[in-house]
Parts: sequence; C-alpha cells; structure tokens
Amino acid sequence: MKKYIVLLSSVLAFWTQAQDKIDGMVMESGPQGKHIGLPGANVYWMNSQIGTITNEEGMFSIPFSEKHNRLIISYVGFESDTLLIKTPKTIHHFLKASNALNEVVVQKERDAVSKTFLSAQNVVTINSAELLKAACCNLSESFETNPAIDVNFSDALTGTKQIQMLGLTSPYLLITQENIPMVRGASQAYGLTFTPGTWVESIQITKGAGSVVNGYESISGQINTELVKPFTDKRLFVNGYANQNGRMELNTHINHKLSDKWSTGLYLHGNLRSQKEDRNGDGFLDAPLAEQINVMNRWQYQNPETGWVSFLNLRFLNDEKQVGQTNYNPDTDRLMPTDAPSLTGAEAWGSEIDTRRFDSSVKLGYVFPELPFQSFGFQASYSNHKQEAYYGINQYNIDHKSLYSNAIFNSIIGDTRNTFKTGLTFAYDSYDELVNTQNFNRDDVSAGAFFEYSYENLEKLSFTAGLRIDSHNRLGTFVTPRFHIRYTPWELGSLRGSIGRGRRAANIFAENQQFFASARQLQLTGNGGNIYGLDAEDAWNYGISFLQGFTFLDRPGNITFDFYRTDFKNQIVVDWENPRTISFYNLEGESYANSFQIEVNHEILENLELRTAYKYYDVKTDYRSGRLQKPLQAQNRFFVNLGYETDSTKKGSQWKFDYTLHALGEQRLPNTDVNPPQFRLGEFAEGYSLMNAQITKVFSEKFEVYLGGENLTNFRQPNPVLGADNPFGANFDTSIVYAPIMGRMFYTGFRYKL
Amino acid sequence: MKNSILTLIFALSTVLTFSQEKNKKLTIEVDGKCDMCKTRIEKAALGVKGVKYALWDIPSHQLSLIIDERKTDPMKVKTALVAVGHDTKELKASKEAYDSVHPCCKYRDDDSDDSNTH
Repeated sequence: MKKYIVLLSSVLAFWTQAQDKIDGMVMESGPQGKHIGLPGANVYWMNSQIGTITNEEGMFSIPFSEKHNRLIISYVGFESDTLLIKTPKTIHHFLKASNALNEVVVQKERDAVSKTFLSAQNVVTINSAELLKAACCNLSESFETNPAIDVNFSDALTGTKQIQMLGLTSPYLLITQENIPMVRGASQAYGLTFTPGTWVESIQITKGAGSVVNGYESISGQINTELVKPFTDKRLFVNGYANQNGRMELNTHINHKLSDKWSTGLYLHGNLRSQKEDRNGDGFLDAPLAEQINVMNRWQYQNPETGWVSFLNLRFLNDEKQVGQTNYNPDTDRLMPTDAPSLTGAEAWGSEIDTRRFDSSVKLGYVFPELPFQSFGFQASYSNHKQEAYYGINQYNIDHKSLYSNAIFNSIIGDTRNTFKTGLTFAYDSYDELVNTQNFNRDDVSAGAFFEYSYENLEKLSFTAGLRIDSHNRLGTFVTPRFHIRYTPWELGSLRGSIGRGRRAANIFAENQQFFASARQLQLTGNGGNIYGLDAEDAWNYGISFLQGFTFLDRPGNITFDFYRTDFKNQIVVDWENPRTISFYNLEGESYANSFQIEVNHEILENLELRTAYKYYDVKTDYRSGRLQKPLQAQNRFFVNLGYETDSTKKGSQWKFDYTLHALGEQRLPNTDVNPPQFRLGEFAEGYSLMNAQITKVFSEKFEVYLGGENLTNFRQPNPVLGADNPFGANFDTSIVYAPIMGRMFYTGFRYKL
Repeated sequence: MKNSILTLIFALSTVLTFSQEKNKKLTIEVDGKCDMCKTRIEKAALGVKGVKYALWDIPSHQLSLIIDERKTDPMKVKTALVAVGHDTKELKASKEAYDSVHPCCKYRDDDSDDSNTH
C-alpha cells in the first residue's frame, strides 16, 4: 500500500511542477542504496524563512521561488547537504550518516573583524587575530588593515602616526583603555605609541557619538582597547621584532594563577632604535632614535559565587626620542629659548622628547547573584604624565596629573527589554605646562551624572537614549545628549542612526607639538575664554549607516554604507595657512566634516578574505583667510585588504598571507605662497598609493615567525623638511607631511607561546 | 495585652508567609529547538506583565525566569508560551498555535538542537 502512495505522490510531484514547488524524498544512504525515508528531516532555502520537514515516509514539498536556489537538507546525525536548484523539480536525496566521517571539521573561529548587526551603536570589533596581520608595534599602527580608521603621518621628525576617524584627528576621538579615558591631555600626540601591540586583546571602534557613560569628550567616535587579561592570556608569551631601519622590540608576558580566584600578569616591553637613518639625504633623521621601556602589572580577581570581579593595574613607562639633524649631539649642541638672539646659523638642530608616565587603575564590579540583570561597577584611575621636550630652541614641557573615577549602576525597568545605566563621574586634571618661557598652569575639575536608557525588543528595534549633565570649572555646566537607534527592516539588514553632542577643552600645544619643529611664530588670539583665552570646543555629530549581510558564491559577506556629519558650534581653529605662523582662534563661521564610506567584506574564495572600502571626505573650516578644505587630507581614499590562510594541519602548522593597499587622492597643502620660490609647495600634493604585506608561518600552536614589508612601492615625500639646509632660518618647517618619509622597509619577528 | 501582641505577631507572620516575592527565580521546561525558538520563547515570556527576566537555554530546554509574584504566576507565563506554539510540561500548544511556528522549528517531530544551522 505504502509503495502506491509513494508512486502516487511522485506522479503528483510531476504534476505539481508547474506550480513552482519542489517535491522530493529524503533517504538514508545505506550500503545497498535502499530507499529508507528519513522522517523529520529539515528542508529549507538558504537565507530564507521558507522551510519544511519531511513526513513519516521522508517526503516533502516546499515552495520554489527564483529568489532562492540553495536548498539545505539536514537531519541530526547526518551530514547536511546544500543542493543547487535552478528549476522546480523532484528530488531524491540521500543523506550520509555523519559518523561515517573520518575526520572532524573544526569550525572557523569568529571573524577577525566583526560588525554587529544587533547593537544600536555602530561598532566594529577588531580582535587579536586581526592585530597580528601587521605585526608592528603599538596601538597607533594597529589600524592599518582596517578601513574604519585612517592612519596619517603627523610630523616629519618623529614619524608619529596620527589617526583619523570621519575626517577628524584623534583629539576628537575618545580613546579609552578598558573604558577609562587614556590618550588625552598631555599624551594626545604620542599616547597611542605607548600601548604595545601585543598587550592589546581587542579594539572596539564606535563611529559617531559614543555612550554618555564614558563622558562628554567624544565627538567623532570612540576607540576602546581591551588589554590581555591574566586569566585568559598565555602563561608565557615572547615576541621579538626587528626591522631594516634598526628598530628592535621585545615583548614578554608572564601570567600566573595564584588561586582559582586570583591571577596576576607581568607585561614587559622594550624597544630600541639606535641606528641613524637618512635615506633621503636631507641631513635629518628619517625616524627618531628611540628607546622605550614599558612595564605593566595586572591583578585580576574573579569570584562567580559572590558575583565580584576586580582588576588592578600598575604601569610605568619611560620613552626617549631624539630627532633632528644626523650630526646632532644632545650633550654638546642643545640650545635654550634664550639663545635665539645669538645664533650664528652654524649650530646643529636637534630635538629630544622624554616622557615618563605612571598609570594605575582599579576596577570593581558586582553582579547581584540573584538578579543577573542588576550590577554595579566602579572604576578609578590615576596617572602622572611628565614630558620634557625641546625642538631646536623651542622648549615644551608638560606635567599632567589626572584622576578619574566613574561609578555605574545597571538595572532594568519592568523587564530586561528595558534596561538603564546610571552613575556619577568625577575627574580632576592638573596641568603644569611650559611653552618656551611662558607657563600655562591650570586645574580642571569636573563632576557629572548620567542616565542612559536602552530598549531592545529582541527582533527589529533597539535604541539607546542617554543624557549627562556635567559641571566643569572652565567649561561651565552643560548637558550632553546622545541617541542611537537600530532597525532591522529585513534579514541580515541593519539600519542605524545616531545623534549626539560632544564638548572638549582643547590642549592646543600638546595636540599640535609638531609645530614647535618649525620657524612658525605662535599666535594665540583668544576671545577671553577660560582655556588659553579660548572657549571650549562644542560639536554635534549626526550619522546614518546601513549594513547588509549577504551570501555570494556560497560564502558570507557584508556591505556597509555610512554617512556621518560633524558640525562644530565652536572649534579651536588651528590655522597654518601662513608659513610664518601657527594661529589658534575660536571658530567664526562654520566648520564641518562630512564623511561617506562604502565598505564591502567578502570571503571571495575558500580562506581568502577581501575587505575593500571607498571613502569620501568633505572637511571644511572657515579660516580667517576664507573657507578652506582641511589641509593634508585626501578627499578620496581607497582601501583593499586581502587575507589568505591555508588550512591548519593536525600539528597546528599553517601559512598566513596578508596584503593591504591604501590609495589616497590629492591632498590640499597649506598655503606656502609667501615663501621664497624654492620653498613653495603648490596647492595640492599628488595622490599616491601604499602597499604593505606580511607572511606568517605558524609551525605549531607554540611557535610562529613572520616576515613583512611596508611601503613596498617605495613611495616617499620628496621634501618633508622645508629649509633643511638652514634649520634656524625663517623657512624651516617640518609640519607639512603628506606621505611617508621612510621608503620601503622590511621586518621580521617571532612569537612564542606556552 | 498578651492577646493583642500574639495577634500582632500572628498577623505579621501571616503577612510574611503569604508575602509574594518581588524577584522570584524559577525554571520551567519549554520545548523548542533553535535560535528562532529562543527569540520567540523569550519574547513571549517577557510579554507577560511581571516577568522581568527570561533566558531559554537551547540544549537543556530550560527557561530561567525571574518574576514578580505580585503581578504574575508561572501559569500565566505558560499560557503565553503555548499561545506562540511552544509546549510546556503542563500545557501543550494548540495545533493552530504549533502550526504558526516556522517549519524548521517543528520541535515535536525533531527535538534536536540545531542552533548552529539557523
């Protein structure tokens, strides 16, 4: 009888073909090819909501539509199969029992860069696997394989890389370490180079206005760095690095579990560059002579029964850099600001930047064991940053002591779809700043309260609305609203919007230190405000973003469109349109930054990941000389990153290849018309491209070596130091840098883990 | 006097014994099989007034709840769950409700954990 039904239904299946349906039978693949139907097997179209299960005989019927052509058949204990189906037809499919497999296929680990589909904020997470793609060396260099952040070269002397997001430089970004503000105040210029790359566990990049919980300072976005943790980091880790330009680096992590609740880790970093490099022959070092010792000790406490977690961090840094002419000897050639009138022009030009920094922080968290949705957290940090520097005859010292504390309480309103965070912040900053012979000492004290409400309906909609009120001795009392919304119109689609305000007291000298290495005269034309005679910066950021995931050629990918606008209500304009001066004044008129980005990520072939992005920036400010595009910023940028990994063998051995291309369009140069003809630079710098690549050979889980190259096409800026032959003359300027100074550079290194 | 004290103590203790917890923790078994079920189950549970927290674990089929007993009881939650097509030990979903769940979540036929497939 059953046979007849099968026959009948097969016949029916042929009949119904015209009705755009797929009919068929799922069977167990037996040794004799017997037709044993599998009841209850899942049959569904890939990336759709259309699915069915087989009946007692193993028969099924599923609607067919042109939109889907991959039919997945799965059954527990059997291997799932994906069938390519272009026309409606009848299918007889045999499933293979999964225990027939000889080897176990281990699923791929989470992506090195992940975009969230669910969070209300536009967050990109970079994990340690991504950071290994470009091995060198510290946080400022960690963004080169990611299009969300642009890496710029900020000065010809130190080669320190400034980062940008949405067309704005890092002072407008809030940079935090484990949610404690980190690179700010005195450490703004070099702070990113003070976190060794191997200490970084992951980085979260939030585009647009951040959360009110972390303060009012973020304007264009937030970068948070999570450091490796004693509990989860390797017991022992050693990394060595050396490059062609004589930079050597050693990193060691030692972690120890004291008990099941306490762990501690000691992290040591040292780097050294003692080799003098002057490949462009301008008499100036292409990269600084440098020495850094960086030691951190972390303590971690975790007690799941009582709900307490705690961190304690202590860190000490000593960083010394020497730059300038290759024949400069700091012991004999050092000059003081008072030497200015007696210069003969025969002196050697040099600069030293010495930083000592002490950091400590404590974190305390408690999750109510009976109420998993309720918790409180407290964090406090103290840092002392002491920088002593001179640039030729310019003297610049800054001593910044900072105390920060934040207490947060998390709970719900009604149920877990409605959550809130509320708390208090207290911050104290004391600056002791010496610019040549003038003191700029000041104390900043602020106290604030915040409340942030989040709604999450588990499916389509979520939003976060936050408000904070701060009272600051120099900024006054002000409110900072921030709002984020996410809506999922269809599967794998995510539409986001954000709006928020940010305020900031600009540390104009610390942030623009590169101008001390020029003949420019400082001009401070304040309007009587509280910060160097200037008013605080104030900006609104608006953004929309659309993320769509897709499957192409059977492999996943995603595409993102972003548009962000930052509108300054007040800004400290850094005007260097006259090569004789550098002026700081409050914005009169308009200043905005528009940024548009398209990004596509896709695994184009098995194990080959492609990441590509196009960016367009329109960043304009009303200078006293008129509305101008921001100098040294390419309006058009293109980015490609390709990563390929071979499958790892049983021993864990594997090859990894990585290639990155950055192409930059032309950049407007600051006006140099009043210079003598040989020191004029023209209106625009031509576009160029940069290529980096790295090969990693993993021998086992314990040991790997890498070899890489930066700037493979050997592109260099022809004259990074203007007036290099007379560094005490009126035309000396090292601040106009739009391309690398260093040419092609190779490096190698190893990593050992236990 | 003695009596009144006793009455008072007695009255207080009854208040105590009958007092309903603001944050009552409980777990109930709910049938289902995948992430889609998880969202549906948690959403339905949280939709009941007085349910503060709902977390359904796919492999064990346990729904952990924190409820305000003054506003709701486990039966109300179970009623909400069966209404969206998910069986509990005491209450079973109607055929209509069961048919409304996505075809690939038909747990009555195949009670597997396939949270990784969709």
